[in-house]
Amino acid sequence: MEASIETYRKVENKMSEQAYISRDANNFEGQHQKRMRTETFFRRLFFLSATVAIVAVAAITIFIFVSGVPAIGKIGLFDFVFGQKWKPSADIYGIFPMIIGSLAATGGAILVGVPMGVFTAIFMAEIAPDTLSRLIRPAIELLAGIPSVVYGFWGLVVLVPLIDKIWGGGGNSLLAAIVILTIMILPTIVNVSEAALRAVPKSYGQGSLALGASKIETIFRVKIPAAKSGVLAAVVLGIGRAIGETMAVILVAGNTPMIPGALTDRIRTMTANIAMEMGYAFGLHQEALFATGVILFVFIMALNLVLNRMTHRAGDES
Amino acid sequence: MKKRVSGLLVIVMAVLLFAGCAAEAAPAAAESAGGAALSGTLSVAGSTTVAPPAQALADAFEARYPETRIDVQGIGSSAGMKMLNEGGCEIGMASRELKQKELDWGLESIAIAYDGIAVVVHPSNGVSDLTKEEIQKIFMGEITNWSEVGGINKEILVVSREDGSGTRGAFEEILKLEGDEGSMVIESALIAEGNGAVKANIASKSQAIGYISLGIVDETVKALQVDGAEVTVANIKSGAYGVSRPLNMATKGEMSELAKTYLDFVMSPEGQKIVAEHYIPVVD
Amino acid sequence: MKEKKLKYQILKLLVYLSAILTVAALVWILFYVVRKGIGRIDFQFIFGDAKAGGIWPMIVTTFWAIFASLALATPIGIMAAIYMVEYARPGRVVRAIRFATESLAGIPSIIYGLFGMIFFVTKLGLKFSILSGALTLTIMVLPTVIRTTEEALKAVPRSFREASLGLGATKIRTIVHIVLPSAIPGILAAVILGMGRIVGETAAVYLTAGTVPKVPGSIMDSGRTLSVHLYMLAKEGLSFEDAYATATILIILVALMNLLAKTAVLRLKKG
Repeated sequence: MEASIETYRKVENKMSEQAYISRDANNFEGQHQKRMRTETFFRRLFFLSATVAIVAVAAITIFIFVSGVPAIGKIGLFDFVFGQKWKPSADIYGIFPMIIGSLAATGGAILVGVPMGVFTAIFMAEIAPDTLSRLIRPAIELLAGIPSVVYGFWGLVVLVPLIDKIWGGGGNSLLAAIVILTIMILPTIVNVSEAALRAVPKSYGQGSLALGASKIETIFRVKIPAAKSGVLAAVVLGIGRAIGETMAVILVAGNTPMIPGALTDRIRTMTANIAMEMGYAFGLHQEALFATGVILFVFIMALNLVLNRMTHRAGDES
Repeated sequence: MKKRVSGLLVIVMAVLLFAGCAAEAAPAAAESAGGAALSGTLSVAGSTTVAPPAQALADAFEARYPETRIDVQGIGSSAGMKMLNEGGCEIGMASRELKQKELDWGLESIAIAYDGIAVVVHPSNGVSDLTKEEIQKIFMGEITNWSEVGGINKEILVVSREDGSGTRGAFEEILKLEGDEGSMVIESALIAEGNGAVKANIASKSQAIGYISLGIVDETVKALQVDGAEVTVANIKSGAYGVSRPLNMATKGEMSELAKTYLDFVMSPEGQKIVAEHYIPVVD
Repeated sequence: MKEKKLKYQILKLLVYLSAILTVAALVWILFYVVRKGIGRIDFQFIFGDAKAGGIWPMIVTTFWAIFASLALATPIGIMAAIYMVEYARPGRVVRAIRFATESLAGIPSIIYGLFGMIFFVTKLGLKFSILSGALTLTIMVLPTVIRTTEEALKAVPRSFREASLGLGATKIRTIVHIVLPSAIPGILAAVILGMGRIVGETAAVYLTAGTVPKVPGSIMDSGRTLSVHLYMLAKEGLSFEDAYATATILIILVALMNLLAKTAVLRLKKG
């Protein structure tokens, strides 16, 4: 794939050059130079825009590490990451329960939300009649734009009492967090995957059908592999939204800083830890919250690296 | 053609934005000592508990001095004190006493109101009166079933606030829930962020107990009597209901005319009347 | 062969089940909130100021935040996507940019908030202002805009470009006149997604734009967006009724924006 893009670029650039040359025959030299300058100017402008992302990441990284690392030094990396007790009033800062909480909630949401979202996207792009998907799509797009607080609020007044009624224990739980996060990442996953599926050239499917494959077989063996990069992008966006979600989780998770042993146990995520206490925190406590941000950041970077590799591999295969 | 129009639109928008910045930079706060001619912008930031009365006070203040603008930011006590120290605002709000370090920065505080903390349970809960000692044991996890305090046989669910919250700090201090090892509130307690979240949790869970600011108690929860005293303004003033705390405003160094006038207004009988709509005034 | 058939039957069933579940869950939330909130909404609620329990200042602030952020994020995001799709050759630079965008997408909004508060609000001295909020939000929505625009650009058939270049158009002309117009529906989708994130953001906004419930006079004033307002209502428990009503307004607002964008896309496709 990469090689083919490179050849394509070479061909394209050559064509572009040839375009100048053929025009040059009838034009002034100056105009050619001017056009080249315009080209260079825009390429630089586009490149500059692309580097904004790099600059922003660098700035945020530096800022978070500068504010958080000293606390890790004071507390001790091992005690901080593997400490099982979070008790700021006694200057005890261990975030292991929060790490587990974040991973469990995000993992659960991805496990349920990704297949559900991708399947729904398949339904909308391939199976549902146009009128139906035209009806559902605006609703899903609408839900992608609804503030997470709304979801959290709904979770607090509807979902949590429901879980309490069925399993007891108050209802604020890992399960509630997973359900809310699943619902929240669905619109993103459905939207982006559907767009990716629709972008697959019609001829692919037609070819497969002509060869005698069933419709559903065509979808899973031809369309999904062809749309893989888009679907993976959807998953990346979904994970990002789930692990970074704060407000909705605070309202439903119970925020008890203990390692959950069951789905009905209360959890506290790293984001909740930062958001809840930052307004009040002071001194080492505040630094420890920034340090929580550092650990969260390291997790997200590691995740991105892994996903980055995966996307590359997916790209190589096709 | 259309593309050119949209391009133009972007440029116009950008110009408008910058024009906005420039316009704001121009009118500097005119420093004048005259009462009615008072003008400028005053930034007040800090505790979300103190913000509602501070906002109401600001509205009344602006009505009296139309040339002024008071910006009230509810960002949390510590964040407010930090902003105050760094010059981000001129008056800070705190729902707790100032820490030693904050005092070392040169911040000074003044109590503008008192707030009662109500111990609340689900309206269906048969228990309506607890002693301080019982509440303490419940929050420490020594009493774990409602039947131990005269209720039905049901496990108690403790709802507390986030660490560092002014309400939690005051509650723990009054009920002697602070040990050498820090907070003694049971570790498995449900932690809710903010008074509203505590209220919503209590209102939907028949086995729960929690504590919220007196100002937001309503019919969705039941406030308990503590040591036989109901949580009322009169009982808090007389000291019969012992769970209350001061709400503070803080300043640093020399105040501007505007800040001084606002603080004077807060402490004036008229200002305290506004405070009384939310909390318990410090002066009658 | 039979086994394979069964496998696909199960997959088909799962597809239907997922679609039903997804739609059901989303519709449930939508209806629940709107039903609880719609009764509270009247002229006074929408157009009144905060003193009268109205949310007009929050609506105005929300629009300021959207316009200011998108005025920055849209051009930068589209240009970055153009670079990634049309210019960049696979290599270290592209990988770095890709990694940076994906990292940005993964950073929790609370961290953006902390960053914005220290950097824009304090260090650059912009105070709590719509500008501080918009700058923070710009960085936040950038990955969404870049990623979605990229997909839209990639979906433009190669033959379009080849034809244009073959006819003697320069690369930049090809991009502006051929590639971008064909990708406009996708780009608009990117902008809508970005708008959604701006409207829905809470943590990053309230730490940078502040919480003042007043109509901002300029971009340097502090303001409270609808989401922040809703968060404060829910957290401080001042009024759950107002919270539902505010949530309903937010939903209507997002619906209107989507409708507007949809109509725009249709118009553009026709034109």
